[in-house]
Amino acid sequence: MAYEIIVVGTSWGGLAALRELIRELPAGFGLPLVIVQHRHKRSGQLLPSLLQDCTPLFVCEVDDKAPIETGTVYVAPADYHLLIEDGHFALSTDEPVRYSRPSIDVTLVSAADSYGEHSVGVVLTGANADGARGLKRIHDRGGLALVQLPSTAESPAMPTAALRSVPNARALSIEQIAATLASLPVESARHSERR
Amino acid sequence: MAVPLTPDEALDGPPLSYNPELERIEIELLLEGVFRHYGFDFRSYAYASIRRRLWKRTEAEGLSSISELQALVLHDSAAMERLLLDLSVSVTAMFRDPGFYQVFREEVVPLLRTYPFIRIWHAGCSSGEEVYSTAIVLEEEGLLERTRIYATDINDAVLQQARAGIFPLNRMQEYTENYIRAGGKRSFSEYYTAKYDGALFSPSLTRNTVFSQHNLVTDRSFSEFTVIFCRNVLIYFDRDLQNRVHTLFYDSLVMLGILALGSKESLRFSQYEPCYEKLHPREKLYRKIR
Ligand SMILES: C[S@@+](CC[C@H](N)C(=O)[O-])C[C@H]1O[C@@H](n2cnc3c(N)ncnc32)[C@H](O)[C@@H]1O
Repeated sequence: MAYEIIVVGTSWGGLAALRELIRELPAGFGLPLVIVQHRHKRSGQLLPSLLQDCTPLFVCEVDDKAPIETGTVYVAPADYHLLIEDGHFALSTDEPVRYSRPSIDVTLVSAADSYGEHSVGVVLTGANADGARGLKRIHDRGGLALVQLPSTAESPAMPTAALRSVPNARALSIEQIAATLASLPVESARHSERR
Repeated sequence: MAVPLTPDEALDGPPLSYNPELERIEIELLLEGVFRHYGFDFRSYAYASIRRRLWKRTEAEGLSSISELQALVLHDSAAMERLLLDLSVSVTAMFRDPGFYQVFREEVVPLLRTYPFIRIWHAGCSSGEEVYSTAIVLEEEGLLERTRIYATDINDAVLQQARAGIFPLNRMQEYTENYIRAGGKRSFSEYYTAKYDGALFSPSLTRNTVFSQHNLVTDRSFSEFTVIFCRNVLIYFDRDLQNRVHTLFYDSLVMLGILALGSKESLRFSQYEPCYEKLHPREKLYRKIR
């Protein structure tokens, strides 16, 4: 099974977890990695630049309709939902879902519906239950579901909720998640647009 | 974990068993039907968002397929009204993205000073908060007198609010903070008087403004502008329609005119990118150079 997109959701404790994860990814990493992190609506460009500091991969905040490119780390902008269509992103200012915008569920569901079994969903540390329903959609559509082992999470609530929602998800330490992502089979003939 | 869904946070999307290709056909048919029967053209709106909203409405009406929603809205105009509300997003704020207004004041205002007469178009102005915010900046910079402002939207209801110039009192604290962060030079409360639970903005701010209905999908250019604001509107359109609207803006801007987009909207994915230069690394302010 070849994968085409990875969505990582995290909330409380996310910055440290994300840095740990991104650091482990090799320079030639062949998939787009999309990060949805809850943060304040005025938090600006701090998160992308802190992540850029620890990886040779290109890190950027998503602009509306940006094409999805491999080997790039995308960060959902604060105060928008991030939707995924075949080959490109779309932003939306629809109401927050369960008090969150960006909502991890919304992006995971959207990845699952557009990329199906070619999608990977990852839920890391966080103090709420966002991501649980979206991860289930990834799993139900045949994609790969990974969850940070709750005992290793700064805030175990989110990974715990995700595991309850998707009991078959693989619970791993951040290091193991990074290793798993780095060894995923990647589509050899790349295409930026599937449709 | 069986997380129960309430309608207001429905898990945007079809049941698992739904076939995505069939779903796309149904959505296209519904939008075509709505266009031909009611004249509202959502056919080129961004698919992923339209799809979320259609499912939300489908669930709220207690239906289980987009085809059922199609039958309902075509035969029942009250249901169409409800769908229309779901499809129109008019959220806005005064000095939304304060950094944008600060850069506008610092980088664009000096350019505008070189014009004897300034024409501004706010396309998709919603209830007018953006129009009043810009007018305040122009007033403080002494440019409002020689500016003519056209503020348009597809939605007549929001335009009426814009004309009235009354905004919710409970947002004035937020707007005051935005105003200060945007580099405002006076006291924000000078611009409005509190009335009941509304803040009535000084009518002199819109003395040179015309509010009128204009549909970016179907209507043509109506003048030549020095500045066009179109913020957080294109985000609802697909790439095709974005390009068509960019043609309209390009044709409506004077050479060296300014195009202002929303914070997360970019010209980078449009065929017009080579025709503009960026005025700022972060804020989406562009100048037509060819
Ligand atoms: C989110 S609001 C943006 C308001 C303001 N520009 C801002 O940035 O705060 C989007 C507006 O676009 C308007 N709109 C949507 N489709 C349109 C169309 N085809 N033509 C003109 N306006 C449209 C909506 O009615 C709504 O008022």
